[in-house]
Amino acid sequence: MWFIATATFMAMHAVPGDPLMSEKAMSPEIRKNLEARYGLDKPVVMQYLIYLKNMLSGDFGISFTQENRLVNDIIREHFPISAILGVLAIVFAAGGGILWGALTALYRNKAPDIIIMFFVILGVSVPSFVFAALSQLLIVSINKWTRTSILPVAGWGSIVHMLVPALVLGLGTMAFLVRLMRSSMLEVVSSDYIRTAKAKGLSQMRIFFNHQLRNAVMPVITVLGPAIAAITTGGFVVESVFAIPGLGRYFVEAVQQLDYTVIMGTTVFYGAFLVLMVIVVDIAYAFVDPRIRLQ
Amino acid sequence: MSSMIKKCVFFLAIAALLLPAIAAHAQIDAVSFEEQRISVALRGEPPNLNGTEATDADSMMVLGHVMEGLLRHGKRKLEPGVAEKWEMTPEGATFWLRKDAKWSDGKPVTAHDFVFAWRKAADPKTASEYAFIMYVLKNGEAVSIGEKDVTELGVTAVDDYTLKVDFERPCGYFESLTAFVTYYPIREDFYNSRGDRYAADAGDLLFNGPFKLTDWVHGASLRMEKNEHYWNKDGITLNVIDIPYITPDTRARFNLYKDGKIILTRLDSETLSSATKERYKIRKFSDGSVFYLEFNHQRDVPGNLNFRKAIQAVFDPQVFVDKVIALPGNLPGYSLFPVYLKGVDDDFRKEYPAKKAKVDVGQAKEYLEKAKQELGIAEIPPLVLLSGDTPSASKQAEYLQGLLKETLGLEIKLDKQIFKQRLAKMTAGDFDIVAAGWGPDYDDPLTFADLFASWNENNRGKYVNSEYDELIKTAVNSVDPKARMDAMGKCQDIIFGDVAILPQYERGLTYVTQSKNVKGIVRRVIGADPDYTHARVVQPK
Repeated sequence: MWFIATATFMAMHAVPGDPLMSEKAMSPEIRKNLEARYGLDKPVVMQYLIYLKNMLSGDFGISFTQENRLVNDIIREHFPISAILGVLAIVFAAGGGILWGALTALYRNKAPDIIIMFFVILGVSVPSFVFAALSQLLIVSINKWTRTSILPVAGWGSIVHMLVPALVLGLGTMAFLVRLMRSSMLEVVSSDYIRTAKAKGLSQMRIFFNHQLRNAVMPVITVLGPAIAAITTGGFVVESVFAIPGLGRYFVEAVQQLDYTVIMGTTVFYGAFLVLMVIVVDIAYAFVDPRIRLQ
Repeated sequence: MSSMIKKCVFFLAIAALLLPAIAAHAQIDAVSFEEQRISVALRGEPPNLNGTEATDADSMMVLGHVMEGLLRHGKRKLEPGVAEKWEMTPEGATFWLRKDAKWSDGKPVTAHDFVFAWRKAADPKTASEYAFIMYVLKNGEAVSIGEKDVTELGVTAVDDYTLKVDFERPCGYFESLTAFVTYYPIREDFYNSRGDRYAADAGDLLFNGPFKLTDWVHGASLRMEKNEHYWNKDGITLNVIDIPYITPDTRARFNLYKDGKIILTRLDSETLSSATKERYKIRKFSDGSVFYLEFNHQRDVPGNLNFRKAIQAVFDPQVFVDKVIALPGNLPGYSLFPVYLKGVDDDFRKEYPAKKAKVDVGQAKEYLEKAKQELGIAEIPPLVLLSGDTPSASKQAEYLQGLLKETLGLEIKLDKQIFKQRLAKMTAGDFDIVAAGWGPDYDDPLTFADLFASWNENNRGKYVNSEYDELIKTAVNSVDPKARMDAMGKCQDIIFGDVAILPQYERGLTYVTQSKNVKGIVRRVIGADPDYTHARVVQPK
């Protein structure tokens, strides 16, 4: 965490320009007033130490562009939105990925397999902003055609506003998971213990859910942690297209505007979040795989 | 493998993909005649709704609807706002406030509220970027650099309804300043009761304009409702201005417009071509910004007059607008002063027509030869053209690179930078030529003219001309409109003759709007834009 914070701080200050730079030049006096307000009048080393001290007490300061909002408030208000969207996207991605993946393995080299894999390649190679724009256009057309508003074009507020963005956001991960699940499933299907299970005369249903799915899902869970973090933090384009007030948008805008405090706050927060997710996955692993459980 | 499992998995898989389609949801349309409500979208979250600190277009758009200064921008000219009548002298001004002007909590708007707000704006502790706009007030500059106490600022409340203003120097355009955000009133007791939270949320603001902000979900939505305490509430038809969408994505906003969710949206080149194809009526409007090439006068080559004249003689603003920018609404740039500016009685550019350079490559080559002789060099070294990195800025820079190579054989190196970095390089003087622009701060040609005064921080090419400086002093200090405009007319000629800068174009914007449903929307260069204050929803046929 300290490493992330320090690296971000140094990279940020290495970029030419500063957050107070604006189209209209300021007189040195006005600039001095602003620098004093944000503590930029102190030497960089001092700024760094002050910043570390504040960070330890959980205070990231005020934003340069959203002038009377605390960075903590920005994270508190906007991260839950990214998180809800991210969780929903992961539900789509994991649910779809595991099921479709299992399906392709069951129908290996038959029509469903080929069709699904075609879409998977599409899903992996087409970036989410293209899907976002296309799906939005599709909604407009559907609404026009039906002369009603079946789905909202953009905005935030209710569950219907989340569905399409979450789907778009999860699509790439879903495609990736389908492939992972497929190969993992193929391995499981031809393994010895499945033959043993069959020989024992277990029902097909039990074999599928208890033996095949449960074993094949392991590698998927491993990647799920980083995937959750990536989806929750990487929703910038989707958030922008669908006018969703998530944290991703603030993060990217802060970088463009060189909003020092927001960059620092969000980067450190995201870093912590990623670490947390990896830990969560390790714990989840233990639930699925008894071999990993601690004695 | 039993087929039942396959079916089961198959259905689940389908369900995972189709779940979104199950939900149906009723949504609100862009207008409602019964409610007198309109819905619009914003490009970005308003960064600051504290009038003394606001600098950006989104904040000003919202503030322009919920606040009111002494005067306000009417459809064409300034109209009385909180002030009923006023009197201007070279030394200062007196404003008599209307007694029925009220804050949204019902208490009267008094002269003290203006004194408080103006002192806040000039106070170094506030650190307002727009503090310079208070410099016309007596001691304005001294207060903002901390040399004098805020109580010495040249504004006093004679009584509750009389405001007296003392000028640092005569100010012929002060009336238009009083309609600007930095000059809006703030009530002291309310401000103090909110502390650092003032203007942070809808509940942390008090309004004296035609509307009040009733809801503000950061990054997501805003809602403005008619202010029942507004003195001219009978003149306002709209009840609600709803802003349910905030997104920087132009395509998304255009999709919302197509879906009938918002009444107006600006177009960029991409959405413009879709809108044209889909036969939407495209509207144009000039946003008052001028774009030009700025030369680094501190360096030998761009500091040479004949060199600059050579470039002027090959650059045709008309071709630039028609062929390079190729978007409707933009005007060829012939002057630092955009066409909308008012002069003495008529438009400034009608009273003081801008000279146009003749495009003449032969002549240009002669200028270039002269420049080489004067500089004592056989060949002009490669020059750096600093520009933005957006597709349009790149295209324009590349056109210039090609033009100067073909006509004059000049080697131009392009330096494309993102916004802040470009500003940093401009400020440091790290360029030979830079593609720059300027939007007006107040409604007077001086907002453009004083850019190239030798003392102006925005004069990034460090152009110095003592005659120009004198003219600016006249324009600043005189109260005689004719003398002021004459001075700035001469500035225009000097810029042309000296090629201090090379104007390229006046920016135009295109947009689409539901004009059949909503009347009375005003687009403006200064102040809230778009202005929905006097808009009304008409009865659907």
